[in-house]
Amino acid sequence: MSEETKDLVGDYKAGWHDPENATIRFDAGLSEQVVRDISELKNEPEWMTEIRVKAYHNFINKPMPTWGNTEMLEGINFDAITYFLRSGSGTERDWDDVPEDIKRTFDRLGIPDAEQKWLGGVTAQYESEAVYHSIREDLESQGVIFLDMDAGLREHEEIVKEYFCSVVPYQDNKFSALNTAVWSGGSFIYVPKGVHVEMPVQAYFRINAKNMGQFERTLIIADEGSSIHYVEGCTAPSYSTESLHSAVVELISHKGAYIRYSTIQNWSNNVYNLVTKRAIAYENATVEWVDGNIGSKLTMKYPAVILKGEGAHAEVISVAYAGEGIHQDAGAKVHHMSSNTTSKILSKSISKDGGRGSYRGLVKVGKNANNCKVNVVCDALILDENSQSDTYPTMEILNPTCRSEHEASVSKISDEQVFYLMSRGHTEDESMALIVNGFFEPFTRELPMEYAVELNKLMALEMEGSIG
Amino acid sequence: MGGDGIIEIRNLQVSIQGEEILKGINLTLKKGEVHALMGRNGSGKSTLAKVLMGHPDYEVTGGEATIDGNNLLEMEPWERARLGVFMSFQYPQSISGLKVGNFLRKSVVAIQGENAPSAREFRTELNEAMKKLGVDNKILSRYVNDGFSGGEKKMFEILQLMLMKPQFVILDETDSGLDIDALKTVATGINSSVGNAACLIITHYQRILSHINPDYVHVLIDGRIVESGGPELAISLEEKGYEWLGEGVAS
Repeated sequence: MSEETKDLVGDYKAGWHDPENATIRFDAGLSEQVVRDISELKNEPEWMTEIRVKAYHNFINKPMPTWGNTEMLEGINFDAITYFLRSGSGTERDWDDVPEDIKRTFDRLGIPDAEQKWLGGVTAQYESEAVYHSIREDLESQGVIFLDMDAGLREHEEIVKEYFCSVVPYQDNKFSALNTAVWSGGSFIYVPKGVHVEMPVQAYFRINAKNMGQFERTLIIADEGSSIHYVEGCTAPSYSTESLHSAVVELISHKGAYIRYSTIQNWSNNVYNLVTKRAIAYENATVEWVDGNIGSKLTMKYPAVILKGEGAHAEVISVAYAGEGIHQDAGAKVHHMSSNTTSKILSKSISKDGGRGSYRGLVKVGKNANNCKVNVVCDALILDENSQSDTYPTMEILNPTCRSEHEASVSKISDEQVFYLMSRGHTEDESMALIVNGFFEPFTRELPMEYAVELNKLMALEMEGSIG
Repeated sequence: MGGDGIIEIRNLQVSIQGEEILKGINLTLKKGEVHALMGRNGSGKSTLAKVLMGHPDYEVTGGEATIDGNNLLEMEPWERARLGVFMSFQYPQSISGLKVGNFLRKSVVAIQGENAPSAREFRTELNEAMKKLGVDNKILSRYVNDGFSGGEKKMFEILQLMLMKPQFVILDETDSGLDIDALKTVATGINSSVGNAACLIITHYQRILSHINPDYVHVLIDGRIVESGGPELAISLEEKGYEWLGEGVAS
């Protein structure tokens, strides 16, 4: 890494970049032709091409959202973005076959190591496509399908056709339309009836090129009585120009099934992270979003669960850290459509150095949904006077039998707390880190241990030089 | 931390927001000595404790405080802690999300550095200390002081004292809010930790001193030590109150 790059990267540890060795790189900018070219390159069935083109026109005609951080959103230059970039020569099943520089990147991020130790499968996406993919044989033999989304469409077209856009229609919002038009990569998972995937499976998304747009598309179907824990991580180099990450994730949790989807997003602060994540939970099914947002320039993300079947349960636990120049606009949406459904939302945000953390949440309880339970807690911690926290909680409860609780708190770190910790031998920075990591603890304890440790380290790094 | 353990406080003057609280304190504490500092509310007892630990709100306007010749007053609180200064807080702070077990281990490692016990040794010491204080194992997975009762907080301060093995112990009203039984237990913990340390016990009441025998008793009135003596001084204070001393100062 050159000195110059180091300066730019600062404390962000994943901020290096590799030389670009693109095998295919589209010119910057978006048109119907670009959309058709992506589809053709992937040799897709016609129905997919058609959805893409429709979605493209929808994207063009849809105005930008008028909420969230409109000023930052207006700053996105769609013409400057590269919509498709292929770096490898395909998706390998052996790390040794992945191009050397790309493999090195994932080594530095610790992916092959984690795979050996505690994962049931891994997808590693670099720019637009997966460069590595594997699944443990025992899972495969139980009929679990875990592929990158392009391979999923090729090998399981019928399943994809049934569920694609069924949870997040492309018309949903401007960025779901954009994703549907130009999607590439992402994960496709199908867990057969009654199968429990005991070890988490992981996807890792890496943007390397400048002005890159990454538009992965993920579809996870847990059939009746099955369970799976999916983990995703994301990083990108620190550039002075902006990149766009706009994913769509659709989860289907069938009767009695369980899906947990954990994210540690640690984009560099030049990445717009505008993601639509939504799940449907059928009878007695559970969906849990465990969502950590550390980096990016602007994140707008509200993992959603539609509680469609009776007795279904939703949980959305999220943390957001907004440092200098960052706006984390994150939250959750839950729609109780059936009786006896329950939801729990816990949102924690920290803002520092002028950053802004917003909680935006919507809980709806339908007229015919009886005896639902809703619990919403949002806590904000503001570390200095330049930083900001705001909450936009909305509850639309149309059924009188619903039991709902809502708590919100905004706090600051007190000098007395810092003094107490310092008197026990911890420096000022260490004391701040202990408090901040404590604040995030209800979230970190839900993560696999390796991630929890990593997140704590990351926050300790963020607290360095935070005082004085 | 293997120094001679001599703490010298010379003509220490301290203000907060321009108001002078300590008006020239002189005290010398040696390893193995227990000093009791008594006085009424507002006399400056807790200020002295906090200043010695390095609380940022107080301004030292004159004098010095050293430990084996090292100038304490120029050090950050964490540097003092690593040098072996320990204060049991009158109002310990709660840190939500920080587990007691994790906090104790991290603090011992921060303070003792290379001399810190191994994880296994630490575990043994911890179990012994908890047993001595009658503290339940469950405390380890609770958050630091979060939802603790007044008594639990004081007990937890003493648990920390026992594990951190300081050479200068400051107990800021550790006895307040404790019932007789808890006081006895706390005193046992303190006694087991101060044998090799210099100890400054700040208290209103004589009762803790019947469990921890002070070598010296000092009386602080209006920012000055007006009387020093042996343990008998504490007893006469208990009988006569502070009036007879206070009048002496005022005149």
